[in-house]
Amino acid sequence: MLDKNGIAKRIALEVKDGMYVNLGIGIPTLVANYVPSNIEVVLQSENGLLGTGPFPFEGEEDADLINAGKQTVTTLPGSSFFDSAMSFGMIRAQKVDLTILGAMEVSEWGDIANWKVPGKMVKGMGGAMDLVASAKHIIVAMQHCDKAGHSKLLPQCTLPLTGIHCIQKVVTDLGVFDIRDGAFHLIERAHDVSVEEIQAKTAGKLVIPEVVGVIH
Amino acid sequence: MGFNKVVKDANEACQGIQSGMTLMLGGFGLCGIPENCITELVNMQVNNLTCISNNAGVDDFGLGLLLQGKQVKKMISSYVGENEEFERQMLSGELDVELIPQGTLAQRCMAAGYGMPVIYTPAGVGTEVAEGKEMRVFNGKKYLMEYAFDADFAIVKAWKGDTMGNLIFRSTARNFNPMMAMAGKITIAEVEELVPAGELDPDHIHTPGIYVHRIFQGKRYEKRIEQRTTQKRA
Repeated sequence: MLDKNGIAKRIALEVKDGMYVNLGIGIPTLVANYVPSNIEVVLQSENGLLGTGPFPFEGEEDADLINAGKQTVTTLPGSSFFDSAMSFGMIRAQKVDLTILGAMEVSEWGDIANWKVPGKMVKGMGGAMDLVASAKHIIVAMQHCDKAGHSKLLPQCTLPLTGIHCIQKVVTDLGVFDIRDGAFHLIERAHDVSVEEIQAKTAGKLVIPEVVGVIH
Repeated sequence: MGFNKVVKDANEACQGIQSGMTLMLGGFGLCGIPENCITELVNMQVNNLTCISNNAGVDDFGLGLLLQGKQVKKMISSYVGENEEFERQMLSGELDVELIPQGTLAQRCMAAGYGMPVIYTPAGVGTEVAEGKEMRVFNGKKYLMEYAFDADFAIVKAWKGDTMGNLIFRSTARNFNPMMAMAGKITIAEVEELVPAGELDPDHIHTPGIYVHRIFQGKRYEKRIEQRTTQKRA
Protein backbone atom coordinates (compact mmCIF):
# COMPACT_ATOMS: atom_id res chain seq x y z
CA MET A 1 0.00 0.00 0.00
CA LEU A 2 1.09 3.54 -0.69
CA ASP A 3 1.39 5.99 2.16
CA LYS A 4 0.46 9.65 1.69
CA ASN A 5 3.87 10.45 0.24
CA GLY A 6 3.62 7.43 -2.05
CA ILE A 7 0.30 8.70 -3.42
CA ALA A 8 1.79 12.17 -3.91
CA LYS A 9 4.86 10.71 -5.62
CA ARG A 10 2.72 8.73 -8.07
CA ILE A 11 0.56 11.76 -8.88
CA ALA A 12 3.69 13.81 -9.52
CA LEU A 13 4.27 11.61 -12.58
CA GLU A 14 1.12 13.13 -14.10
CA VAL A 15 2.54 16.63 -13.81
CA LYS A 16 4.16 17.71 -17.07
CA ASP A 17 6.60 20.45 -18.02
CA GLY A 18 4.88 23.81 -18.56
CA MET A 19 1.74 23.04 -16.58
CA TYR A 20 -0.10 25.51 -14.37
CA VAL A 21 -1.30 23.40 -11.44
CA ASN A 22 -3.69 23.98 -8.53
CA LEU A 23 -3.02 21.80 -5.49
CA GLY A 24 -5.68 21.26 -2.83
CA ILE A 25 -5.08 20.88 0.90
CA GLY A 26 -3.70 17.60 2.30
CA ILE A 27 -2.05 14.93 0.13
CA PRO A 28 -2.20 17.18 -2.99
CA THR A 29 0.09 19.70 -1.30
CA LEU A 30 2.72 16.97 -0.96
CA VAL A 31 2.81 16.50 -4.75
CA ALA A 32 4.94 19.64 -5.03
CA ASN A 33 7.75 17.81 -3.21
CA TYR A 34 7.98 15.15 -5.94
CA VAL A 35 7.80 17.18 -9.14
CA PRO A 36 11.04 16.29 -10.96
CA SER A 37 13.64 19.05 -10.96
CA ASN A 38 14.08 18.83 -14.74
CA ILE A 39 10.58 20.17 -15.48
CA GLU A 40 9.02 23.56 -14.80
CA VAL A 41 5.62 23.86 -13.15
CA VAL A 42 3.79 26.93 -11.84
CA LEU A 43 1.56 26.42 -8.80
CA GLN A 44 -1.62 28.47 -8.55
CA SER A 45 -3.03 29.38 -5.14
CA GLU A 46 -6.64 30.44 -5.62
CA ASN A 47 -6.36 33.24 -3.07
CA GLY A 48 -4.42 35.11 -5.75
CA LEU A 49 -0.94 33.81 -6.50
CA LEU A 50 0.77 32.15 -9.46
CA GLY A 51 4.24 30.87 -8.72
CA THR A 52 3.78 29.69 -5.14
CA GLY A 53 7.13 28.86 -3.56
CA PRO A 54 8.18 26.85 -0.52
CA PHE A 55 7.55 27.83 3.10
CA PRO A 56 9.66 30.83 4.20
CA PHE A 57 12.68 30.45 6.44
CA GLU A 58 11.97 31.02 10.11
CA GLY A 59 11.70 34.73 10.81
CA GLU A 60 10.88 35.58 7.18
CA GLU A 61 7.13 34.90 7.32
CA ASP A 62 5.01 37.60 5.68
CA ALA A 63 1.41 37.92 6.92
CA ASP A 64 0.41 39.26 3.48
CA LEU A 65 1.76 36.22 1.65
CA ILE A 66 -0.20 33.01 2.16
CA ASN A 67 -1.53 30.11 0.11
CA ALA A 68 -5.15 28.96 -0.09
CA GLY A 69 -4.58 26.82 3.01
CA LYS A 70 -3.70 30.08 4.83
CA GLN A 71 -0.11 28.88 5.29
CA THR A 72 2.75 31.35 4.98
CA VAL A 73 4.59 30.78 1.67
CA THR A 74 7.07 32.51 -0.63
CA THR A 75 7.08 33.48 -4.28
CA LEU A 76 9.30 32.10 -7.02
CA PRO A 77 10.85 34.14 -9.85
CA GLY A 78 8.11 35.02 -12.34
CA SER A 79 5.33 35.03 -9.76
CA SER A 80 2.26 37.25 -10.00
CA PHE A 81 -0.51 38.37 -7.66
CA PHE A 82 -4.12 38.99 -8.62
CA ASP A 83 -7.55 39.33 -7.02
CA SER A 84 -10.02 36.54 -6.28
CA ALA A 85 -12.25 37.26 -9.29
CA MET A 86 -9.33 36.93 -11.70
CA SER A 87 -8.13 33.86 -9.84
CA PHE A 88 -11.39 32.03 -10.42
CA GLY A 89 -11.61 33.57 -13.86
CA MET A 90 -8.44 31.76 -14.92
CA ILE A 91 -9.79 28.57 -13.35
CA ARG A 92 -13.18 28.90 -15.08
CA ALA A 93 -11.55 29.73 -18.41
CA GLN A 94 -9.43 26.55 -18.11
CA LYS A 95 -6.10 28.33 -18.09
CA VAL A 96 -5.10 26.14 -15.16
CA ASP A 97 -4.03 22.82 -16.69
CA LEU A 98 -4.30 20.43 -13.78
CA THR A 99 -6.19 20.38 -10.50
CA ILE A 100 -5.30 17.89 -7.77
CA LEU A 101 -7.62 17.61 -4.79
CA GLY A 102 -8.77 15.33 -2.02
CA ALA A 103 -12.19 13.69 -1.73
CA MET A 104 -14.45 11.81 0.65
CA GLU A 105 -16.19 9.91 -2.17
CA VAL A 106 -15.87 9.53 -5.93
CA SER A 107 -18.42 7.80 -8.15
CA GLU A 108 -17.89 5.63 -11.23
CA TRP A 109 -19.40 8.52 -13.23
CA GLY A 110 -16.78 10.95 -12.03
CA ASP A 111 -18.95 12.68 -9.41
CA ILE A 112 -17.13 13.93 -6.33
CA ALA A 113 -18.17 14.65 -2.74
CA ASN A 114 -15.61 16.43 -0.59
CA TRP A 115 -17.17 19.27 1.36
CA LYS A 116 -19.94 18.21 3.68
CA VAL A 117 -20.71 15.34 6.03
CA PRO A 118 -24.30 15.39 7.35
CA GLY A 119 -24.39 15.78 11.11
CA LYS A 120 -20.94 17.33 11.26
CA MET A 121 -20.02 21.01 11.36
CA VAL A 122 -20.06 22.27 7.79
CA LYS A 123 -17.06 24.44 7.04
CA GLY A 124 -17.91 25.30 3.47
CA MET A 125 -16.85 24.39 -0.02
CA GLY A 126 -14.27 27.14 -0.41
CA GLY A 127 -13.10 27.03 -4.01
CA ALA A 128 -13.70 23.31 -4.56
CA MET A 129 -16.99 23.64 -6.44
CA ASP A 130 -15.50 26.22 -8.82
CA LEU A 131 -12.45 24.05 -9.43
CA VAL A 132 -14.29 20.81 -10.18
CA ALA A 133 -16.92 22.53 -12.32
CA SER A 134 -14.36 24.09 -14.63
CA ALA A 135 -10.99 22.34 -14.55
CA LYS A 136 -10.23 20.31 -17.68
CA HIS A 137 -8.07 17.75 -15.90
CA ILE A 138 -8.71 16.75 -12.30
CA ILE A 139 -6.92 14.09 -10.28
CA VAL A 140 -8.28 12.99 -6.92
CA ALA A 141 -5.84 11.90 -4.22
CA MET A 142 -7.41 9.92 -1.38
CA GLN A 143 -7.46 6.79 0.72
CA HIS A 144 -9.28 3.93 -1.01
CA CYS A 145 -11.47 3.18 2.03
CA ASP A 146 -12.73 5.25 4.93
CA LYS A 147 -11.72 4.60 8.54
CA ALA A 148 -14.52 2.03 8.92
CA GLY A 149 -13.18 0.15 5.90
CA HIS A 150 -15.92 1.18 3.46
CA SER A 151 -14.96 1.83 -0.15
CA LYS A 152 -14.79 5.47 -1.20
CA LEU A 153 -14.96 4.47 -4.89
CA LEU A 154 -18.71 4.09 -5.29
CA PRO A 155 -21.46 3.50 -7.86
CA GLN A 156 -22.95 6.78 -6.63
CA CYS A 157 -21.83 9.27 -4.03
CA THR A 158 -23.84 9.16 -0.82
CA LEU A 159 -22.59 12.48 0.60
CA PRO A 160 -23.65 15.90 -0.70
CA LEU A 161 -21.95 16.48 -4.06
CA THR A 162 -19.24 18.98 -4.87
CA GLY A 163 -19.51 18.43 -8.62
CA ILE A 164 -20.75 15.96 -11.22
CA HIS A 165 -19.07 14.13 -14.11
CA CYS A 166 -15.78 15.91 -13.54
CA ILE A 167 -13.14 13.49 -12.20
CA GLN A 168 -10.97 11.60 -14.71
CA LYS A 169 -8.40 9.98 -12.46
CA VAL A 170 -8.12 8.75 -8.87
CA VAL A 171 -4.93 7.76 -7.10
CA THR A 172 -5.42 5.89 -3.82
CA ASP A 173 -3.23 3.93 -1.43
CA LEU A 174 -4.11 0.84 -3.48
CA GLY A 175 -3.71 1.99 -7.08
CA VAL A 176 -4.38 4.30 -10.00
CA PHE A 177 -7.81 4.43 -11.67
CA ASP A 178 -9.10 6.19 -14.75
CA ILE A 179 -12.79 7.05 -14.73
CA ARG A 180 -14.68 6.76 -18.00
CA ASP A 181 -17.87 5.24 -19.39
CA GLY A 182 -19.33 4.73 -15.92
CA ALA A 183 -16.51 2.64 -14.48
CA PHE A 184 -13.23 2.77 -12.65
CA HIS A 185 -10.50 1.39 -14.92
CA LEU A 186 -7.61 -0.05 -12.95
CA ILE A 187 -4.37 1.26 -14.46
CA GLU A 188 -1.80 0.42 -11.81
CA ARG A 189 -1.73 -1.30 -8.44
CA ALA A 190 0.59 -0.81 -5.48
CA HIS A 191 3.26 -3.52 -5.63
CA ASP A 192 2.09 -5.23 -2.44
CA VAL A 193 -1.63 -5.11 -3.24
CA SER A 194 -3.38 -7.76 -5.34
CA VAL A 195 -5.95 -7.09 -8.02
CA GLU A 196 -8.33 -9.26 -5.97
CA GLU A 197 -7.94 -7.01 -2.93
CA ILE A 198 -8.65 -3.93 -5.07
CA GLN A 199 -11.71 -5.63 -6.52
CA ALA A 200 -12.95 -6.48 -3.01
CA LYS A 201 -12.44 -2.92 -1.77
CA THR A 202 -14.01 -1.15 -4.76
CA ALA A 203 -17.78 -0.76 -4.48
CA GLY A 204 -18.16 0.98 -7.84
CA LYS A 205 -17.90 -0.82 -11.19
CA LEU A 206 -14.28 -1.85 -11.73
CA VAL A 207 -12.79 -2.73 -15.11
CA ILE A 208 -9.59 -4.77 -14.89
CA PRO A 209 -7.52 -4.80 -18.07
CA GLU A 210 -5.31 -7.71 -19.08
CA VAL A 211 -2.22 -5.81 -18.12
CA VAL A 212 -2.11 -3.88 -14.85
CA GLY A 213 0.94 -1.77 -14.11
CA VAL A 214 2.73 -1.94 -10.77
CA ILE A 215 3.78 1.01 -8.61
CA HIS A 216 7.02 0.30 -6.76
CA MET B 1 -13.86 69.79 -0.93
CA GLY B 2 -13.54 68.18 -4.28
CA PHE B 3 -12.14 64.69 -4.28
CA ASN B 4 -10.56 64.54 -0.86
CA LYS B 5 -11.94 61.25 0.54
CA VAL B 6 -9.90 61.34 3.73
CA VAL B 7 -11.60 60.83 7.07
CA LYS B 8 -9.87 60.98 10.44
CA ASP B 9 -10.19 57.42 11.66
CA ALA B 10 -12.32 54.29 11.72
CA ASN B 11 -14.92 56.02 13.87
CA GLU B 12 -15.54 58.71 11.27
CA ALA B 13 -15.28 56.20 8.42
CA CYS B 14 -18.03 53.98 9.85
CA GLN B 15 -20.57 56.81 10.33
CA GLY B 16 -23.93 55.72 8.96
CA ILE B 17 -23.48 52.01 9.45
CA GLN B 18 -26.62 50.85 11.22
CA SER B 19 -28.03 47.68 12.68
CA GLY B 20 -29.63 45.44 10.06
CA MET B 21 -27.40 46.57 7.22
CA THR B 22 -25.51 44.39 4.75
CA LEU B 23 -21.73 44.79 4.84
CA MET B 24 -19.00 43.42 2.61
CA LEU B 25 -15.66 42.84 4.30
CA GLY B 26 -12.46 42.10 2.39
CA GLY B 27 -9.85 39.51 3.28
CA PHE B 28 -8.96 35.85 2.89
CA GLY B 29 -8.70 34.19 6.27
CA LEU B 30 -7.02 36.86 8.40
CA CYS B 31 -4.99 38.13 5.43
CA GLY B 32 -5.97 41.61 4.22
CA ILE B 33 -8.86 42.18 6.64
CA PRO B 34 -9.95 45.70 7.68
CA GLU B 35 -8.81 45.38 11.30
CA ASN B 36 -9.51 48.97 12.36
CA CYS B 37 -13.08 49.02 11.04
CA ILE B 38 -13.90 45.63 12.56
CA THR B 39 -12.81 46.97 15.95
CA GLU B 40 -14.93 50.05 15.35
CA LEU B 41 -18.00 47.95 14.47
CA VAL B 42 -17.54 46.14 17.79
CA ASN B 43 -17.39 49.50 19.60
CA MET B 44 -20.47 50.80 17.76
CA GLN B 45 -22.46 47.78 18.94
CA VAL B 46 -24.43 47.63 15.70
CA ASN B 47 -26.15 44.28 15.32
CA ASN B 48 -28.36 42.17 13.07
CA LEU B 49 -25.71 42.60 10.40
CA THR B 50 -25.50 40.55 7.23
CA CYS B 51 -21.81 40.08 6.49
CA ILE B 52 -20.48 39.07 3.08
CA SER B 53 -16.93 37.85 3.60
CA ASN B 54 -15.01 34.86 2.28
CA ASN B 55 -14.30 33.68 5.85
CA ALA B 56 -15.57 34.44 9.33
CA GLY B 57 -12.32 35.04 11.22
CA VAL B 58 -11.19 33.09 14.27
CA ASP B 59 -12.67 33.21 17.76
CA ASP B 60 -10.71 36.21 18.98
CA PHE B 61 -9.76 38.04 15.79
CA GLY B 62 -11.24 39.32 12.56
CA LEU B 63 -14.97 38.81 12.10
CA GLY B 64 -14.89 36.44 15.07
CA LEU B 65 -14.97 39.61 17.20
CA LEU B 66 -18.37 40.57 15.75
CA LEU B 67 -19.63 37.03 16.33
CA GLN B 68 -18.52 37.16 19.96
CA GLY B 69 -20.76 40.17 20.45
CA LYS B 70 -23.65 38.44 18.63
CA GLN B 71 -23.72 41.31 16.15
CA VAL B 72 -24.10 39.15 13.05
CA LYS B 73 -27.48 37.86 11.91
CA LYS B 74 -26.27 36.24 8.72
CA MET B 75 -22.90 35.25 7.24
CA ILE B 76 -22.44 34.78 3.50
CA SER B 77 -19.10 33.01 3.05
CA SER B 78 -17.35 30.22 1.16
CA TYR B 79 -15.43 28.73 4.09
CA VAL B 80 -15.95 29.31 7.79
CA GLY B 81 -13.09 27.25 9.17
CA GLU B 82 -12.20 26.81 12.78
CA ASN B 83 -14.29 29.10 14.91
CA GLU B 84 -16.02 27.67 17.99
CA GLU B 85 -18.37 30.56 18.65
CA PHE B 86 -19.39 30.53 15.00
CA GLU B 87 -20.16 26.83 15.25
CA ARG B 88 -22.14 27.26 18.47
CA GLN B 89 -24.28 30.07 17.02
CA MET B 90 -24.85 28.20 13.79
CA LEU B 91 -25.93 24.97 15.49
CA SER B 92 -28.20 26.85 17.93
CA GLY B 93 -29.86 28.66 15.04
CA GLU B 94 -28.84 32.14 16.24
CA LEU B 95 -26.74 32.65 13.14
CA ASP B 96 -27.96 32.18 9.59
CA VAL B 97 -25.19 30.92 7.28
CA GLU B 98 -25.22 30.88 3.49
CA LEU B 99 -22.27 29.00 2.03
CA ILE B 100 -21.47 29.74 -1.58
CA PRO B 101 -18.58 28.72 -3.84
CA GLN B 102 -15.58 31.02 -3.55
CA GLY B 103 -15.48 31.95 -7.23
CA THR B 104 -19.21 32.68 -7.18
CA LEU B 105 -18.67 34.95 -4.18
CA ALA B 106 -15.92 36.86 -6.02
CA GLN B 107 -17.93 37.14 -9.23
CA ARG B 108 -21.10 38.31 -7.46
CA CYS B 109 -19.05 41.15 -5.95
CA MET B 110 -17.48 41.91 -9.30
CA ALA B 111 -20.85 41.97 -11.06
CA ALA B 112 -22.05 44.63 -8.61
CA GLY B 113 -18.97 46.73 -9.31
CA TYR B 114 -19.36 46.33 -13.06
CA GLY B 115 -23.05 47.20 -13.04
CA MET B 116 -24.20 43.78 -14.18
CA PRO B 117 -27.25 42.17 -12.51
CA VAL B 118 -26.23 38.52 -12.83
CA ILE B 119 -23.42 36.17 -13.72
CA TYR B 120 -23.49 32.60 -15.01
CA THR B 121 -21.17 30.05 -13.48
CA PRO B 122 -20.86 26.28 -13.68
CA ALA B 123 -19.85 26.08 -10.00
CA GLY B 124 -22.44 24.14 -8.05
CA VAL B 125 -24.30 22.59 -11.01
CA GLY B 126 -25.73 19.24 -9.88
CA THR B 127 -25.21 20.06 -6.19
CA GLU B 128 -27.42 21.52 -3.45
CA VAL B 129 -26.03 24.96 -4.35
CA ALA B 130 -28.11 24.78 -7.54
CA GLU B 131 -31.43 24.25 -5.74
CA GLY B 132 -33.99 26.87 -6.69
CA LYS B 133 -31.67 28.62 -9.14
CA GLU B 134 -32.24 29.26 -12.81
CA MET B 135 -29.99 27.12 -14.98
CA ARG B 136 -29.05 27.75 -18.59
CA VAL B 137 -27.04 25.82 -21.13
CA PHE B 138 -24.36 27.59 -23.16
CA ASN B 139 -22.28 25.65 -25.68
CA GLY B 140 -23.52 22.39 -24.21
CA LYS B 141 -22.48 23.20 -20.64
CA LYS B 142 -24.78 23.97 -17.73
CA TYR B 143 -24.48 27.24 -15.81
CA LEU B 144 -26.26 28.67 -12.76
CA MET B 145 -27.53 32.21 -12.75
CA GLU B 146 -26.25 34.07 -9.68
CA TYR B 147 -27.19 37.60 -8.68
CA ALA B 148 -24.88 40.55 -8.09
CA PHE B 149 -24.59 41.38 -4.40
CA ASP B 150 -26.28 44.43 -2.96
CA ALA B 151 -24.33 45.80 0.00
CA ASP B 152 -24.90 48.99 1.98
CA PHE B 153 -21.23 49.34 2.86
CA ALA B 154 -18.07 47.67 1.58
CA ILE B 155 -15.11 47.78 3.96
CA VAL B 156 -11.70 46.97 2.51
CA LYS B 157 -8.06 47.02 3.54
CA ALA B 158 -5.30 48.17 1.20
CA TRP B 159 -1.56 48.61 1.56
CA LYS B 160 -1.27 52.15 0.20
CA GLY B 161 -3.87 54.67 -0.71
CA ASP B 162 -4.00 58.34 -1.62
CA THR B 163 -6.27 61.18 -0.61
CA MET B 164 -8.42 60.65 -3.72
CA GLY B 165 -9.12 57.05 -2.71
CA ASN B 166 -6.83 55.28 -5.18
CA LEU B 167 -5.70 51.96 -3.74
CA ILE B 168 -2.74 49.60 -4.05
CA PHE B 169 -2.86 46.18 -2.42
CA ARG B 170 0.07 44.03 -1.38
CA SER B 171 0.72 40.36 -2.21
CA THR B 172 -2.11 37.95 -1.41
CA ALA B 173 -3.70 40.53 0.91
CA ARG B 174 -5.37 41.72 -2.30
CA ASN B 175 -7.83 38.77 -2.56
CA PHE B 176 -11.45 39.98 -2.32
CA ASN B 177 -10.63 43.60 -1.49
CA PRO B 178 -10.61 45.10 -5.02
CA MET B 179 -13.93 43.65 -6.12
CA MET B 180 -15.61 44.44 -2.81
CA ALA B 181 -14.30 48.00 -3.06
CA MET B 182 -16.17 48.24 -6.36
CA ALA B 183 -19.36 46.75 -5.01
CA GLY B 184 -20.45 48.82 -2.01
CA LYS B 185 -23.01 51.62 -2.15
CA ILE B 186 -20.52 53.29 0.18
CA THR B 187 -16.96 51.99 0.22
CA ILE B 188 -14.60 52.51 3.14
CA ALA B 189 -10.90 51.83 2.64
CA GLU B 190 -8.42 51.59 5.48
CA VAL B 191 -4.78 51.65 4.43
CA GLU B 192 -1.42 51.10 6.05
CA GLU B 193 0.00 54.20 4.40
CA LEU B 194 -1.97 57.19 3.21
CA VAL B 195 -0.19 59.56 0.80
CA PRO B 196 -1.13 62.80 -1.02
CA ALA B 197 -2.77 62.44 -4.43
CA GLY B 198 -0.09 62.34 -7.10
CA GLU B 199 2.40 60.26 -5.16
CA LEU B 200 1.17 56.91 -6.41
CA ASP B 201 2.05 55.98 -9.98
CA PRO B 202 -1.27 55.86 -11.90
CA ASP B 203 0.03 52.74 -13.65
CA HIS B 204 0.23 50.94 -10.31
CA ILE B 205 -3.29 51.65 -9.01
CA HIS B 206 -5.34 48.50 -8.46
CA THR B 207 -8.60 50.21 -7.47
CA PRO B 208 -9.36 53.66 -8.91
CA GLY B 209 -10.56 56.18 -6.35
CA ILE B 210 -13.94 56.55 -8.04
CA TYR B 211 -15.01 53.42 -6.17
CA VAL B 212 -13.83 54.65 -2.76
CA HIS B 213 -15.87 57.11 -0.69
CA ARG B 214 -13.89 57.26 2.56
CA ILE B 215 -10.24 56.51 3.25
CA PHE B 216 -8.08 56.65 6.35
CA GLN B 217 -4.72 55.45 7.59
CA GLY B 218 -5.28 52.61 10.04
CA LYS B 219 -3.45 52.18 13.33
CA ARG B 220 -1.68 49.31 15.05
CA TYR B 221 -2.09 46.57 12.47
CA GLU B 222 -1.63 43.19 14.08
CA LYS B 223 -1.74 41.24 10.78
CA ARG B 224 -2.09 37.95 12.59
CA ILE B 225 -0.88 34.81 10.81
CA GLU B 226 -3.34 31.90 10.89
CA GLN B 227 -0.99 29.09 9.82
CA ARG B 228 2.63 29.95 10.45
CA THR B 229 4.57 27.50 8.30
CA THR B 230 8.33 27.77 7.91
CA GLN B 231 11.39 25.77 6.95
CA LYS B 232 14.70 25.62 8.74
CA ARG B 233 17.82 26.89 7.05
CA ALA B 234 20.02 24.11 5.75
